[in-house]
Amino acid sequence: MLERKEYQKYVEDNSPKSPMTRTLFAAFVVGGIICCIGEGIGDIIKLIFEDMPEKEVAIWESCIMIFLGSFLTAIGVYDRLGRFAGGGSIIPITGFANSVTSPAIEYNREGVFFGICAKMFVIAGPIIVFSVAASFLVGLIGYFCV
Amino acid sequence: MEIFLTYLKVFAVGGLVCMLGQILINKTKMSSARILVLYMLLGVVLEVCGAFDYIKEFAGSGITIPITGFGSNVAKGALEGAKADGFLGAVAGGLRSVSAGLTVAIVCGFVFGLISRSRSKKM
Repeated sequence: MLERKEYQKYVEDNSPKSPMTRTLFAAFVVGGIICCIGEGIGDIIKLIFEDMPEKEVAIWESCIMIFLGSFLTAIGVYDRLGRFAGGGSIIPITGFANSVTSPAIEYNREGVFFGICAKMFVIAGPIIVFSVAASFLVGLIGYFCV
Repeated sequence: MEIFLTYLKVFAVGGLVCMLGQILINKTKMSSARILVLYMLLGVVLEVCGAFDYIKEFAGSGITIPITGFGSNVAKGALEGAKADGFLGAVAGGLRSVSAGLTVAIVCGFVFGLISRSRSKKM
């Protein structure tokens, strides 16, 4: 009979390890590249519309990135990238767009209402709820304390 | 040379943010929704305590393109709304500042969901 601890050690030694260095490297490179693409889009917008205020540039930048993330999900590129990059493709705003578009495409044969529209928020729902709740809280703090 | 350095900073900070997320995924097996919520809240906290602007000054898109930028926009909108329009502004300001991004995300998701076929059968 194996002791409990020995058994746990046995399981730990023999279970498949997630390749730490490889996934970290992939997340670093892909995440960095996505952020650089965003910065590049911002710079291009600044070149074309010279007198656009900084704030509007940032809004355009994130809107274009969201569109790109959504588009790449629709043509199937982003999910393949996600399998390679993990966190590198989840955490940028393109990953948010992916989390909206991907279930919408996945469930579209269940109908428009309960397929696309309802399943769209499977992952994005918690994010939106938490951000609205946080914004309400911050707004209260800003109103009463500052 | 200047521009190269800027992009290097964006790359390093953005990569680092994503790598920390990957460490969380590897160590705790968190789902992607939890990771995104955690990072969004991190952005809110950084914005409220004022650190976000310093990081943004240094890294530009390296911190605003990750979902932390979304959280920071929400918090900034709420604070600015509270200052400008009082209580109603405080309630409305958060969503107002991210409304463009949310609209694009939802409209794109809806349109692409309508026009593309489900790929899950093939896998």
